[in-house]
Amino acid sequence: MTVLLDVKDLKTCFHTPEGIVYAVNGVSFCLDEGGTLAVVGESGCGKSVTMMSILRLIPIPPGEIVSGTVQYRDQDLLKLSENNMQSDIRGKEIAMVFQDPMTSLNPVLTIGRQLTEPLRVHLKFQPEQAQKRAIELLQLVGIPDPKKRLGDYPHQFSGGMRQRVMIAMALACNPTMLIADEPTTALDVTIQAQIIELVKELRKKIGLSIIWITHDLGVVAGLAEHVIVMYAGYIVEEADVDTLYENPRHPYTLALMAALPHVDRRRNSRLKSIPGAPPNLLVKPSGCPFATRCEFVLEKCKTQIPPITVIEDGHSIACWVDVKTGAYR
Amino acid sequence: MTVATPSPNVQSIKPIILDELEAPPLPLSKMAWLKFRRHKMALVGVGILIVIILYCTLGGVIFSEKYANYNDTGIALQPPSQVHPFGTDVIGRDILARTVYGGQISLLIGLTAVMLETTLGILIGAASGYFGGLVDNLLMRFTEAILIIPQIFLLLVMAKFFAGNIPNITILGREFSGSVVVIIAIIGLTSWPYLARIVRAEFLTLKESEFVLAARATGTSTPDIIFRHILPNSIAPIVVSATLGVANAITLEAYISFLGLGVRPPTATWGNMLEGAYSYIENAYWLWLFPGLLILLIVLSINFVGDGLRDALDPRSRAV
Repeated sequence: MTVLLDVKDLKTCFHTPEGIVYAVNGVSFCLDEGGTLAVVGESGCGKSVTMMSILRLIPIPPGEIVSGTVQYRDQDLLKLSENNMQSDIRGKEIAMVFQDPMTSLNPVLTIGRQLTEPLRVHLKFQPEQAQKRAIELLQLVGIPDPKKRLGDYPHQFSGGMRQRVMIAMALACNPTMLIADEPTTALDVTIQAQIIELVKELRKKIGLSIIWITHDLGVVAGLAEHVIVMYAGYIVEEADVDTLYENPRHPYTLALMAALPHVDRRRNSRLKSIPGAPPNLLVKPSGCPFATRCEFVLEKCKTQIPPITVIEDGHSIACWVDVKTGAYR
Repeated sequence: MTVATPSPNVQSIKPIILDELEAPPLPLSKMAWLKFRRHKMALVGVGILIVIILYCTLGGVIFSEKYANYNDTGIALQPPSQVHPFGTDVIGRDILARTVYGGQISLLIGLTAVMLETTLGILIGAASGYFGGLVDNLLMRFTEAILIIPQIFLLLVMAKFFAGNIPNITILGREFSGSVVVIIAIIGLTSWPYLARIVRAEFLTLKESEFVLAARATGTSTPDIIFRHILPNSIAPIVVSATLGVANAITLEAYISFLGLGVRPPTATWGNMLEGAYSYIENAYWLWLFPGLLILLIVLSINFVGDGLRDALDPRSRAV
């Protein structure tokens, strides 16, 4: 399979009055053509910033993409001019869907206008042509009576419907890749399931490559082929979805799994949680960033950052410890 | 078989229509109108405005401009009569005809000055708010520099400086004193700072919103984001400010013209009709009463409309 997107050593930080926030610290991963990659991790661990850096949507200043390469097909997105990014990449090659459908649509423009805009800009469609395509798109994402709804404003749609519209907008120009930034977090479970089904269906129908950001491991299991676990701006574990669920090897992944509610667990047992909070990103960690919360912590963890190493085919972790024995690997 | 006739009591209760219960939220424009309608004074204001506009346009059909500018010192300072319902002025011109043509010029000045003001205010405010940083700093310091100088003072200096430098111009077969253009330009050029600050504040909040990020992610260009995404969202305060700006421009024109630095005769405006009337305050009331009354009415009614619009377009007052 050909590699579509190859991110290498991506570093992004923000210059704030309190100091430099190290949001993404040397992240590398790749996405195959037609593949689905899930990025998991708790809030504030750099998932969104990584994706926004890829599309260069980080506000600069205060943000800064310090180093790295983002190889998309045969070009480095970090070296493209802003104009090229805007006219050739965003929306046309790589589209993005955001977390909150209630605020991601412009409240004063009709759905029709927002849907036809990318068509007008990227594909130079005529108004009737764009209108036809907009109706097709709304049909594709399952909005009933699409012709009539084109003239409606976002406030006339429900949350789930708006997220469908957002997806339709993202798909307008037939992008090759879709970045979904927690698209189901703001929706209730039934709608969440519908949206996931929709995305799966679209992937089959139009062969999208997808990066799906989430902090819901249940969603990951149902959707992704490959998973990246992020913590404090580092990738801590990377594996195929089956491998990760059967054989999680990083203490953080283990802790995340343990925090999942299970139907077969005793009803009055408490849900497990990870003690402490994610580290302050203003301070560059001297050792493993997870060391303060890790139950397997050893002496070396506090002083040296573990490099990401392959432990078996297609499975790599950044940890000094073998969680099976509790000793150094 | 007999059909049971409903008792009269039941009939008087309005049946609930399902559509009404499940009606989708109202479109924004309709909601704004429903809220505007509640504002009685705003409706009165709209009424008065329509009457004044009709007065100025239909009046122009009845009287020719030549008649309005025709002077005959033999009939100077005549009180209102059958022939001259509003009396005549110091050189014997018919005041009724002059209020008609003066009104046209005053409205023209009000509207075009506001167009200029709004354009400048939006461009400067938008650039400042959207780009931030150095651009914002430079533009805002410039705006503040203009705000520091009292507007009237600035107007008088500019009026004095430009007066007479601009030849008369002819538009649509009518000749305007070049001073009309000067007044429009200087009112427009000195009124934009407040609007620019309003627009900047709107842009500062809106540019951080999710939908702007979403628009950027679909590859929308910066000008499109500014004018097609953010500007329509900040239209409410701009409309209100522009409405009130019309009244302000009319008052300012009257002010400068009253001081003799505004629009030059023979072109009439409500402002320059007042010029010189102050020497006759006691013995020729008709000189100042009619143009003064018209200025008062139009400024009041525009302010009422502006208040109504402010309530109608404010998204925070949702109840209808």
